[in-house]
Amino acid sequence: MHELPQTLANGLLLGSMYGLIAIGYTMVYGIVQLINFAHGEVFMTGGFGALTAFLMLPSGVSLWLALPVMLLAAVLVSTSVAVLAERLAYRPLRGSSRLAPLITAIGLSIAIQQMVWAWYPDAKQARTFPHLPGGPYELGPVTVQTGDVFLVVAAVLSMLALMWFVRSTRTGRAMQATAQDPDTSRLMGINTDRIIVTAFAIGAAFAALAAVAHGLRYGQVDFRMGFITGLKAFTAAVLGGIGSIQGAMLGGLALGLAEALAAGYVKFLPGLELFGGGAWANVWAFVLLIVVLLIRPQGLFSKLTADRA
Amino acid sequence: MRRSTVALPALAVCSALLVSACGTRSEAGATPGGAAAGETTVVIGFDGPLTGDLSALAIGAKNAAQLAVDQANKNKSVPGVKFALKSLDDQGQPGTGQQNATALTGDKQVLGVVGPLNSGVAKSMQMIFETAKLAVVSPATTSPGLTQGDNWAKGTKERRFTTYFRTATTDAVQGPFAAQHMHDTLKLTKVFVVDDKKAYGAGLAATFTDEFKKRGGQVVDTDQINSGEKDFSSVINKIKSSGAQFVYYGGEYPDAGPLTGQLKKAGVKIPLVGGDGIADANFVKLAGGGATGDYCTTVGAPLEEGAAGKTFAAAYKAAAFKDPYGAYGGYAYDSATTLVEAVKAVVAANGGKVPADARAKVTEAVQKVAFDGVTGKVSFDEFGDTTNKQLTVNQVKDGAWAPVTSGTFTAK
Repeated sequence: MHELPQTLANGLLLGSMYGLIAIGYTMVYGIVQLINFAHGEVFMTGGFGALTAFLMLPSGVSLWLALPVMLLAAVLVSTSVAVLAERLAYRPLRGSSRLAPLITAIGLSIAIQQMVWAWYPDAKQARTFPHLPGGPYELGPVTVQTGDVFLVVAAVLSMLALMWFVRSTRTGRAMQATAQDPDTSRLMGINTDRIIVTAFAIGAAFAALAAVAHGLRYGQVDFRMGFITGLKAFTAAVLGGIGSIQGAMLGGLALGLAEALAAGYVKFLPGLELFGGGAWANVWAFVLLIVVLLIRPQGLFSKLTADRA
Repeated sequence: MRRSTVALPALAVCSALLVSACGTRSEAGATPGGAAAGETTVVIGFDGPLTGDLSALAIGAKNAAQLAVDQANKNKSVPGVKFALKSLDDQGQPGTGQQNATALTGDKQVLGVVGPLNSGVAKSMQMIFETAKLAVVSPATTSPGLTQGDNWAKGTKERRFTTYFRTATTDAVQGPFAAQHMHDTLKLTKVFVVDDKKAYGAGLAATFTDEFKKRGGQVVDTDQINSGEKDFSSVINKIKSSGAQFVYYGGEYPDAGPLTGQLKKAGVKIPLVGGDGIADANFVKLAGGGATGDYCTTVGAPLEEGAAGKTFAAAYKAAAFKDPYGAYGGYAYDSATTLVEAVKAVVAANGGKVPADARAKVTEAVQKVAFDGVTGKVSFDEFGDTTNKQLTVNQVKDGAWAPVTSGTFTAK
């Protein structure tokens, strides 16, 4: 059992990343009730944006100096992709049946993946991503990397910023109003189109942050990385209660912990020896989702609200 | 209750996406060039994962096959016959490989195929080639069952496909050879075995495990990973607390590189050992500096050591291909040359013309082929496996694979 602290740390780190991406699913869903399946690809393009920035900087620049530039590039690329997607693909379909934008999202996801595959130089296989210098650090029984520190700090700070933004700014309150009732908010003078674009952009910025953390942690980016990670983040959003911002982050943490614990300990359960280990982590993640959906369809951390029915 | 009603269709969509992710995209390569008057065009097919994670290996192999074909044309190896290479991309996926096999057998000019690179893909293609009596010489597939039947491990070897040959040695030798080196030469006795559940990786890990135990070594624990995933923290966690002296990994470099990188970053400074699937420069690159000291086995003696290998490397360089020939370039060159030699024998026996039932005859001729290739002597045993059982242990030094020792496996 002496692996437990490290397993928990791994789960929390993975979960923070899922949570950051899940913000995008949950914000967009909260406002336009669209599951933006292209969000995984928004995340992926962020990774490539950061890589491009790094490659364009003169070689030999300290990664600590390069990191802000890479972050900026990632956010820029991701938000552009998300805003363009909203403008060109989703907005024309607003008001049509809910299935149309959903299928568009899936198509868009495939299209973006293939565009990166075809046009980004050498993206047909994984591209290496720079590593942060320093580390590993031993914190008692837990070993963490420099990239992990970045992930935790970034996740906590950005979450606090987002909560402050939604609660305390005019735009944030307009967002809450639009989520509750778009028609009435428009009558009250809120520019709902602008609010929707803002939701897409904020979600994309969080995904970009996650993409840089992903690159630093795993040392590579590739054109398919948004697919399974996006699915997991979506799962996290549903787990936490889709539409709820805190729920997305907590759902991410719950999912990350569940995966890490399942990979580490399921094989010690009687009768389940064969279903332990890293290869089964995904299966347990989705089992958790199904169980939660059966027991609490509204998600773990969400209050059941009547106004959506 | 909108929330609950959206979640279930969304799940259905997820699963649909998962299925569609295994979609197909076939890509035709070079089409046969025009033959001069009186010449017959013979097409040699190539199949391999030209795109995707393993593309570095496949592009090198394709180029090497192209080189063999070009040289055969230049030297007029077979008078009256012009060779052309037709290459298809299987993306490392069995389904796509199967479609490519059908496409190749459907093309009447194709008399032999070089490829595939993945054992799993080969499994899906063998029956199609067998039905069409089309000879296929793989430069890289090493899963023993492909030639020796599913029960090879129990000692009952049986050849099911008379058209399937390979210039690469099987894992039945490669895994044990690694066990021999780690246990007897390096005196390491505790191993943690990881594999990627694929035909190649799982097979390699199994043959290694058997031999390592036979020699008195101890397998402290095992785990499996999903190929394509990047988070290995749970398996690394287990390795860390297992007390293993090294990790044996059955799989390929796209996963092995990040695995060893993350392992070393987590402070576990033990070497990772693998088969020829990790013998690629990208392994070192993807490990981000963590690969130093890792081992891999490769089939045959180091290409650059023999005179023929040097000539090949020089010719490859002169042909100015964009990508390096990689781990399988030499084998792909020899595979293509095998087919050229077989066509030569068939044409010579038929009075200088390509016979009507050329495919069956070429298959028979491949079985009898014997020549000095760039990787050593090329000939095939009764199962279609190469008779060349030379293997090499390599280690990462100064950011590149370097040969450590060469030898043959001696059973204990």
